[in-house]
Amino acid sequence: MAEQLSVFVDNRPGRLNAITGILRDSRINIRAMTIADHRNYGVAKLLVDDPRLAHRALVEQGFAAALKPVLAIAIEDRPGGLHELLEILAARQINVLDAYGFVITPGQRAVWCMEVDDPVEATRLLAAHGLHVLADGELYHL
Amino acid sequence: MSVPVWNPAVEFMEREALERLQFANLRKTVAWALKTPFYRRRLAEVGLTHPEDLSSLRDLRNLPYTTKNDLRAAYPDGLLAVDPEQAVRLHTSSGTTGMPTVIYHTRRDLDHWTELMARCIVAAGATARDVFQNMTSYGMFTGGLGLHYGAERVGMLVIPASSGNTARQIQLMKNFQTTVVHATPSYLLHLHSVLAGEGVTVDQLKLRKAFIGAEPHSEETRRKIEELFGIQAYNSYGLSEMNGPGVAFECVYQTGLHLWEDAYILEIIDPHTLQPRPEGETGEIVMTTLQRQATPLLRYRTRDLSHLVGGNCPCGRGHRRLARLKGRSDDMLIVNGVNVFPSQIEDVLMKTPEVGTNYLIQLEKRGSLDRLVVRTEIYAKLFTGDPQTLDDLRERIGEALRSAILVKPVVELHEPGSLPVSEGKAKRVVDLRPVF
Repeated sequence: MAEQLSVFVDNRPGRLNAITGILRDSRINIRAMTIADHRNYGVAKLLVDDPRLAHRALVEQGFAAALKPVLAIAIEDRPGGLHELLEILAARQINVLDAYGFVITPGQRAVWCMEVDDPVEATRLLAAHGLHVLADGELYHL
Repeated sequence: MSVPVWNPAVEFMEREALERLQFANLRKTVAWALKTPFYRRRLAEVGLTHPEDLSSLRDLRNLPYTTKNDLRAAYPDGLLAVDPEQAVRLHTSSGTTGMPTVIYHTRRDLDHWTELMARCIVAAGATARDVFQNMTSYGMFTGGLGLHYGAERVGMLVIPASSGNTARQIQLMKNFQTTVVHATPSYLLHLHSVLAGEGVTVDQLKLRKAFIGAEPHSEETRRKIEELFGIQAYNSYGLSEMNGPGVAFECVYQTGLHLWEDAYILEIIDPHTLQPRPEGETGEIVMTTLQRQATPLLRYRTRDLSHLVGGNCPCGRGHRRLARLKGRSDDMLIVNGVNVFPSQIEDVLMKTPEVGTNYLIQLEKRGSLDRLVVRTEIYAKLFTGDPQTLDDLRERIGEALRSAILVKPVVELHEPGSLPVSEGKAKRVVDLRPVF
């Protein structure tokens, strides 16, 4: 399973680029990033090519950061591609807590990332339907 | 446990003998005070022109109070009671809120102060074998020089590190195997957070005790310092008007701060009615110096709030104990009509492991209502990455504060290390309300 990096960040100018600056200095490539805003702070979630190194670099600079497994699934970039995946989860009453997606090759491949209430069951279920849950390494060689 | 003691004759003195000594010293003090134009005029108003006009300790109650404003008005030499040639040192206060104040010392005054400091240091269990690193600033701030001379008198190896430059403090602690430090509580918490970055673990240090003071702090903060460093931390109380540190200090039993009653007469009064408070009830600390010739002060209103601890201390000293300072009467915040002490807020934050040790209290005006904003830093090691946990945490802190101070604050969580850290006395309260 891929690892997602969560970083606590003050909601004020100059904080996000402090994070991206540290990642650049550690030669980390960012695949995807979302930010959930909670008034005076936010939690930035990142998919990067070396989550462990990125985590260490941020913590050394005093950031509160955590690594958490995330379900990253390769899907086809076409109408209905995401719907088929979500139908599988809905049929088994698995709830999606937080999610985002991005395209790898337009018209061909996309990646859907999500946190669910039952990751073990979701992984088993998706695999049974021929959907591939990506590991960190795979995520960067699509 | 055998009780370490510096001056057994005075420290274990019977109450009756102690009060006789107090009375003799009070008369001396009044004689000194009458040499200043300020007290000549002030004492004449209550019919006191000669020390023999005092017939017992109780007569002290008929004397007028001395306030900070009196000290300011007397600046620079209106309260100097000796020939300037006899004075060997002065300390002035910063004067951040108005005119500065000044306290002069003769050689004998400094000798007395040092003696009180030595008693404090030994009472807390430090000995001549200890290596003492003094992390408070030297110069006008009385904490640095006060502890310095006391520690030398005890015979400790003294490192006059002064405040700030945390990396160097840590190196000194390591290189000289410092066993005892003196610092503000907020600085020790800061120092601990920097240790890892300097590649030093607590185990590599030989620290066994800390003297903490100069800022009001909670019991939780003390316990946190003790846990983080694996040491004992002793509360120190003093104020520049009463020399500085050395006024009251905890002994090894940590059951309150013994106030040296041969050097100070202690009263606790209601700051509004000015009437004495019964034992155990909180009020303003009022002190009279008994051993300071150059600047004697009678019934000085400290604006510090505390109460007397009842009963006897297991150490056997008869000098009564002050409870942990509750704050200054001028630290008290009034939020929508409710009295709030910053120490109550600190208590709640220190009991919450998910937040760090740094915080800021901000008061704002929203329409006609006060808004209390409590800003705290999250503790990096306990961050889970889950935004919901953070919302719950904020809710939990808000609820704990509401039940402690009866005001519902706005709680803000911030990045570790993002709130300003002061290496001296921490500035924790910012009042942005307009003054009418």
